Amino acid sequence: MKSLAARRHDRRAPIVLLALALILTGGLYAVLAAPSSAQAAPVTSQADAQAGQKLFEANCATCHGMGAVGTAIAPSLVGVGAAAVDFQVGTGRMPMTMSGPQAQAKPVQFTQDQISQLAAYVAGLGPGPQIPTADMVDPSKGDPATGMAVFRTNCAMCHNAVGAGGALTQGKFAPNLWQTTPTHIYEAMLTGPQSMPVFNDANITPTEKRDVIAFLKQQGGTQPGGLDLGSLGPVSEGLWAWVVGIGLLIGAAVWIGAKSS
Amino acid sequence: MNEIESHGGPAANLPEARASVQQVPDHFENPGLPEHTPRLGDVDPRADKRRERIVLALFALSTLGTIGVLVAYFALPTGKDVATIHRSNLWLGLGLAASLLGIGLAAVQWAKSIMSNEELVESRHPMESSPQVREAAVRNLAEGVKDSGISRRGLLKSAVVGSLALFPLTIAVPLIGNMGGTWDVSKLKHTMWKKGLRLTIDPNGRGIKASDVTIGSVWHVIPEGLDKTPDPLEEKAKAMVLVVRLDPRDVKSEQIPGASYEGIFAYSKVCTHVGCPVALYEQQTHHLLCPCHQSTFDVADGARVIFGPAKRPLPQLPITVDDQGYLVAKSDFTQPVGPSFWERLR
Repeated sequence: MKSLAARRHDRRAPIVLLALALILTGGLYAVLAAPSSAQAAPVTSQADAQAGQKLFEANCATCHGMGAVGTAIAPSLVGVGAAAVDFQVGTGRMPMTMSGPQAQAKPVQFTQDQISQLAAYVAGLGPGPQIPTADMVDPSKGDPATGMAVFRTNCAMCHNAVGAGGALTQGKFAPNLWQTTPTHIYEAMLTGPQSMPVFNDANITPTEKRDVIAFLKQQGGTQPGGLDLGSLGPVSEGLWAWVVGIGLLIGAAVWIGAKSS
Repeated sequence: MNEIESHGGPAANLPEARASVQQVPDHFENPGLPEHTPRLGDVDPRADKRRERIVLALFALSTLGTIGVLVAYFALPTGKDVATIHRSNLWLGLGLAASLLGIGLAAVQWAKSIMSNEELVESRHPMESSPQVREAAVRNLAEGVKDSGISRRGLLKSAVVGSLALFPLTIAVPLIGNMGGTWDVSKLKHTMWKKGLRLTIDPNGRGIKASDVTIGSVWHVIPEGLDKTPDPLEEKAKAMVLVVRLDPRDVKSEQIPGASYEGIFAYSKVCTHVGCPVALYEQQTHHLLCPCHQSTFDVADGARVIFGPAKRPLPQLPITVDDQGYLVAKSDFTQPVGPSFWERLR
């Protein structure tokens, strides 16, 4: 008992505790990484517009105003097109639950039919980008090599070279794209939600957009080398090496140097 | 605990403390080794046996790891798909880790818990050589100097010093000369942009119609004919440009009056800090962010630096349209792009 107590007050004890804390922190970091998910969307029809207007007035008009003309706190939706509605509502970003640096993807609030009705209503307010057809977003018809070249030039600086996402300024971030559906990827390029710029069809052609989707659908799967650490590059790799790697080395050094009981 | 009470508080304690400072001895006695405490295994044969078994188990872990590597190598071949490569790497790595770590842990555990547990003192020996050896060394040196005649032959002395002093040039000149390959700094002051050269989309080289550049969109631009230049990558590194269109109501100031075309602004994509491509554009705030060191430029305010280590705004490329409506450059950049260099004079 006495020897136990003596060891507890060993002057190396803080170092061992520190190493353990570092390893624990690193382990927790590795565990905490949650991707987002979303649903696919079919084509809308003009007949839904009436039902969409009712839904809009009940759920969206508080911020976006009656007739979707916009208020001080939310932009006008005239001319944003069905694609913007399908993206924002279809990924759960709208309706927003609270204001913040940016609207975040969350469980979808409406059924696919309701989203189509809302999209039909907003599309009727003014000409805007349409929801792409299934053929336009089919990854199997795209060329991932061209997609990579386009992605690297236009998207990789924010969304990371493999689409793992990355930080922007003041709490904003570019989300991970691995779980995003092809339709939503296409709509995001076409409409430029929030901080993201617009990539219209003259800038990135519909064929190139499909190539980008084909490239993205090959990312985020099994990695050849083992743990991908979120594919975040030197940030997570450095954290792993400095916290877990060096933590283990310090632990080993303390163990080797400590007297055996 | 009774000390403070008996002396009536800290103030009363002061003279006593000063007196104790004066009583610090000139040197401390060697406290010697701490009392030897036997390990559990030294007194209990069962514990000793258990420690031996731990070492044995660690060596067994190593052996299993080695066998595991061999099994994984033959039984889990890599195919064309990533999953098999992942599987092979994972098991080879785990086996290798067990194989090497087992040996290491076993050796440390062996030394700590089974090998002798006596405190030993290794006395320190004087480092210097014996007087005879030192005298002989000095004598040898003196004889060598005398034999060379360096004090009599002055010319030889200068020749030795001169050749030794010149020798580092054989390393220094190529090393400094190869830095950057060339000392022609005029190349840093100009890019391939010139009057009438079309702005085209990176990487496919399509021309850009001004009417296609909608508000909120961002275009990554290279000069037309970039791939036909002798060194496209060098040219691209200087000439890459980012084009945005701003709502006229959002524009706070222009860097060069008249250099934009109907709200379409073209700015160098090379950061003025250390030259990373500045390309993270937030269309709502019009902020352009450099991924390397978070320098932030306000595109709506003449690409002014609003955050980060960059010191100068991004140079603006003066643009207009040709008779077919495509965006073209009006001239080269009006100042050198990218990070500062010695001869930049600004």
